[in-house]
Amino acid sequence: MSVETATVAERQPILSVRDLKVHFKVKHDKGWLPSTRTLKAVDGISFDLYAGETLGIVGESGCGKSTLSRGILNLIPATGGEIVWLGRELHKAGAKEWQAVRREVQMIFQDPLASLDPRMTVAQIIAEPLHTHYPELGKDEVMRRVRVMMQRVGLTEQQINRYPHEFSGGQCQRIGIARALILQPKLIICDEPVSALDVSIQAQIINLLKELQQEMGLALIFIAHDLAVVKHISDRILVMYLGREMELAEKHALYDQPKHPYTKALLSAIPIPDPELERKKTIQILQGDLPSPIDPPSGCVFRTRCPQAQPLCAEQQPQLRVVNARTQVSCLLATSEQVA
Amino acid sequence: MNQEKNQAILQAAAEAVAAPQIASRSPWADARRRFLRNKAAVVSLVLLSLIALACIFGPMFLPHQFDTTDWDAMGLAPTLHNMHLFGTDEMGRDLLVRTLIGGRISLFVGLMATLASVTLGILWGATAGFLGGRVDSIMMRIVDMMYAVPYLLIAILMVTLLGREFYLVVLTITVFSWMDMARVVRGQTLSLKSKEFIEAARCIGVPVHKQILRHIVPNLLGIVVIYTTITVPGVILTESVLSFLGLGVQEPMTSWGVLIHDGAAVMENTPWMLLFPGVMLSLTLYCANYIGDGMRDALDPKDR
Repeated sequence: MSVETATVAERQPILSVRDLKVHFKVKHDKGWLPSTRTLKAVDGISFDLYAGETLGIVGESGCGKSTLSRGILNLIPATGGEIVWLGRELHKAGAKEWQAVRREVQMIFQDPLASLDPRMTVAQIIAEPLHTHYPELGKDEVMRRVRVMMQRVGLTEQQINRYPHEFSGGQCQRIGIARALILQPKLIICDEPVSALDVSIQAQIINLLKELQQEMGLALIFIAHDLAVVKHISDRILVMYLGREMELAEKHALYDQPKHPYTKALLSAIPIPDPELERKKTIQILQGDLPSPIDPPSGCVFRTRCPQAQPLCAEQQPQLRVVNARTQVSCLLATSEQVA
Repeated sequence: MNQEKNQAILQAAAEAVAAPQIASRSPWADARRRFLRNKAAVVSLVLLSLIALACIFGPMFLPHQFDTTDWDAMGLAPTLHNMHLFGTDEMGRDLLVRTLIGGRISLFVGLMATLASVTLGILWGATAGFLGGRVDSIMMRIVDMMYAVPYLLIAILMVTLLGREFYLVVLTITVFSWMDMARVVRGQTLSLKSKEFIEAARCIGVPVHKQILRHIVPNLLGIVVIYTTITVPGVILTESVLSFLGLGVQEPMTSWGVLIHDGAAVMENTPWMLLFPGVMLSLTLYCANYIGDGMRDALDPKDR
């Protein structure tokens, strides 16, 4: 599954996101006249995704991970930027084109129970994408596919007429996965699919996703705030902070040689399952709170909490740039390494 | 002996494993079970059914017509004479038959107007809430305007212009009773809209009208059922008010409202003319309220 550096450059990406922006208008009632201000939830994100690859997206709460995923899927309209899916320019696409794309790109949600309609049975839930996109399919064929898919994700046939509230969180997430997979998509966006589950169930669901990915050649965008989970499943990882990207690197490069000060701070917070080492290591605690995305700091958005901040950081906005073959980082202070 | 026992156990186990899809307990079955545990609601349901059945079939088995005069019995108190169990009015018409016939009208108006206003209210509220933005603002301002219109004035105008037609009563009541439902449904839709299963449906590409009909409306049913049982008494009362003011059904046809109106005029001499229709109406309203209460408890998903 891991992607060789050399081949990444040669292959065509299936999804290209360029400078994606999702801004919200926020009502501002203080003062004499009501005015609106702009909340920049996602502000200029770019990345490529290749077939069969998993891109992890990490960042603390409120950094725009979920908004990014919804912006890609047009569940929240993007304010600017380009999204190219298999050569089709989605930012210009009409409703008809989107309908075709929805067969190929699916999503798995954070709250497994809330993402299932409580008044529908499992069969109805899993069959809904088929009914929507292939209304010509007969009832028996739909049910056959639903049964196959249920078995594939580890549900038993006896459960076909049950309602979501009769299932555990892990089982609900399996239903959600079955619903996402029944159209045989090429990409699944997983928005913190395991953060609401117990640790033991998390492992089951992640391993199920990995198996299915290999079997069906899926690409995954995996959003999480748990760094260990992301490390387990991803090939490359995108680190976000306040709606911007800090670092985009291959998994091992990111965990072994983080380039961005924010990534370093994040990684130092991972607990080590050895009390000796855990006691000895220094956790780099970031000072202060996440600034408001309505009024982000000038220049580098991370400078207010960055231990290495310089006066320069307030003036210039860093862009994501290549520092070596496996890492891109957006920090003015990061030095380029010579690539042989 | 031992082997036989083992065989039996094995067989039982095999059967248990092979048991086909277990019939599931749907949220509705759960709700029914909880409703049946509520005694007041069940008693009310039975009582209301009896009243409805009596109104529908009762007149067929009684010896009197609702519009014929019994010359031997005018303004008679309740008696076994000629089977005038509820007595007669001053024109000698049997009050029991008239009450039941009146009940047909009142219950029918109650049912029809409620059905119409609930349907309109759900669709209006769900559409406004789901689409949001400017559409929502415009639709809800229309609701506000409807509240501001004095319905009695409009009712009088309509009856004066179009004549005393039965359907006008239903229409008038419907037009002025759907707004509450629209508001309640809109509020509920707003909270449903942000649920992840709606997002999932959008992600799948389910068209908007199907999102509303397949995902929003079924999930509103709990609150709708409850609100409906509150609407029924309101509608019956409105019909009574309209009839009381002489805007409803025409003589000799009658309704509970008309009977109460007539009875109130003569209650010093013939109190039973007020008493019986009044009791029937009150009973119906009480029952509807208790049933609504029971349904609210039964459909509350937190109460498992």
